[in-house]
Amino acid sequence: MNTDMDRRHFIRGTGMLTGTVLAGSALALLAPSRTWAVDLGTLSTTEGAALMAVAGTIAPHDTLAEAAYALTVKAIDAECARDAPTLAMLREGLAQLGTEFATATEATRVRVLTAMESSPFFKFLRYQTLSNLYASPLAYDHFGYEGESFSKGGYLQRGFNDLRWLPDVPLADSGPVFTGATR
Amino acid sequence: MATISHDDTSVVLIIGSGAGGGTLAHELTRRGIKVVLLEAGARQSIASFSQVPGEAFMQLTWLEPRTTSGSWSVKEDYAALPSWTCKTVGGTTVHWTGATPRARPWEVVNRTTYGKVDGASMIDWPIPYSELLRYYEIAEKRMVVARRNGNPGIPASSHFKVFYNGAKRIGYKQVHTNYMAINTRPADGRAMCMQQGFCVQGCKVGAKWSTLYTEIPRAEATGNLDLRIESRAVRIEHGADGLATGVVYRDAQGREQRQKARIVCVAANSVETSRLLLLSESAKYPQGLANSNDQVGRHYSHHTGGFVFGAFEQPIHFWRGATLAGVVEDETRHDPARGFAGGYHLELAALDLPSIATAGFPQTLWGRDLGYMMDRYSAMAGIFINGEDLPRASNRITLNPNVKDQFGLPVANIHVDDHPNNAAMRAHAQKQAKALLEAAGATRVVMTRQTPATHNMCANRMSADPREGVLNAHGQTHDIRNLFVSDGSAMSTSSSANPTLTIVALALRQAQYIEQQMRTRAI
Repeated sequence: MNTDMDRRHFIRGTGMLTGTVLAGSALALLAPSRTWAVDLGTLSTTEGAALMAVAGTIAPHDTLAEAAYALTVKAIDAECARDAPTLAMLREGLAQLGTEFATATEATRVRVLTAMESSPFFKFLRYQTLSNLYASPLAYDHFGYEGESFSKGGYLQRGFNDLRWLPDVPLADSGPVFTGATR
Repeated sequence: MATISHDDTSVVLIIGSGAGGGTLAHELTRRGIKVVLLEAGARQSIASFSQVPGEAFMQLTWLEPRTTSGSWSVKEDYAALPSWTCKTVGGTTVHWTGATPRARPWEVVNRTTYGKVDGASMIDWPIPYSELLRYYEIAEKRMVVARRNGNPGIPASSHFKVFYNGAKRIGYKQVHTNYMAINTRPADGRAMCMQQGFCVQGCKVGAKWSTLYTEIPRAEATGNLDLRIESRAVRIEHGADGLATGVVYRDAQGREQRQKARIVCVAANSVETSRLLLLSESAKYPQGLANSNDQVGRHYSHHTGGFVFGAFEQPIHFWRGATLAGVVEDETRHDPARGFAGGYHLELAALDLPSIATAGFPQTLWGRDLGYMMDRYSAMAGIFINGEDLPRASNRITLNPNVKDQFGLPVANIHVDDHPNNAAMRAHAQKQAKALLEAAGATRVVMTRQTPATHNMCANRMSADPREGVLNAHGQTHDIRNLFVSDGSAMSTSSSANPTLTIVALALRQAQYIEQQMRTRAI
């Protein structure tokens, strides 16, 4: 019984994704070292690498930290751990991508994924990639999103109306910023 | 806050604490009527709201399974979440954006105004517009609506400047920061808007009206309200005379409870209200409650909607500021020359980082085209289309016997085949929204198909003729005189207006009627 459990754990294959932190990136300020490593509980290193390539093809951002993609793959790994049919679907799809996918050119990867665009495999990975990649603090930094604003008093005094490249709106079609004067 | 006995047969029992149920609870309790208010969700507060994208959604959203069928694109794009509603004290008034336009006069008599349209099941409202208007005015005072009753408008955000200039450049006249139930200065014991952005996360200063921190605590203060949270109604019971006698519900521990009542009001949002009426089938009412004319769940309407986003070359920072504080009203008119009946609003809209990619952009967008848009997240402007949905009798909420919830009860199925009018309206609205954004300088514009409905309406509609709807003009079921519906499913048609103001107006009116019916012993 125990042996069987161990064997099952072994063949589940725990993968690992590793990389280097870009100098000057947000991660460089936070990370304790210049390298990062993300453990996978269910997927193998090879499968993780293929998923890194899928995520990078679905949502390509040349200067977004690779670690953000690795965390996305980790989230996909967690989904697979939770749900066996999802894992099976994912493995079937990865098999269809072929072993060269992770190292193929972007044009090739786009062609391969385009052919699979209507499959549950692609739809699952598109949703997982977008909902995880763009939810990470690394993405906030990359895209300029400023995060929660309540603790800073919102944007009322911090540029909610600082756009200067278009004419201002007449007061009649908007309203004054209340400054504390009584009616 | 009162503690009411489960055997107390004198109470009004309300199911759902949102715009309809929360308002009704306050209106009845302040008149001295005892109310038990069942809410399926937990109670959050302005302190517990999360401004982390994704977290807020998980905290507030009704995530239990629903299914969908029909030819509408939602079946393909959002099968797991065909309708986006809340499960929390305050209901959808916690995640709503505060937009409070009124239905237009011709929209409440659209059967008369538009004439017969093949494949549509429009009816005129059994309430004259003049009377609806009277309650709109009371509701607008209650909710402290900006641009009404002398309240100043919301100040223009950078995002609105883009919207406004684009709209004016393509010739629109009625463009402003929208009618909004958001305080522009301290009022009603609540703070003013600090332009935090992403109103759908819940307003952490309480500037946006929500029954969570207006109607419900005020109802509790009367000493006549017993609010029971994490309490899920599963069945409305009736006696031999056919009248409702109370409600069976599951409490936070999943235990079955039974509350007696003199009157039952269902305000669980269109989908769950219809489901509960159908789940309450009995030997006497084999088709479900209030369903003798086979009308429960029919004419389900969702608003013709979708997002249009444009990428610009200069910064906008559209997350800074009240989410929906901007509107073009010019297209709300009925003008068949445009190729469709009814009209639509174009409203300002921003989405958080993951949501814009998963729901704000078309499902077909990925690769470098997606990268181009996302890389301009700081230089983006957005529009939400909100147009009248023509009702169809076959667009219907039913029970799906193949999928069960945690209590073993069939979940709701939402069946929609959009009327061709919707496609024509959407195409027109998308063309106009694109032109607006390009006139302001957008370099690229993308648009979605129908997004999951936050506006769920008309599924148990008010009708003069009982064969055409479930309710009379007071939201009282045609079949059972002590059973009422008090949410957006009571609306006779969807109109082009975001529905919350109309739901509140109808709840205010219904409360008066219920009080009068109780006083005269008619119920």
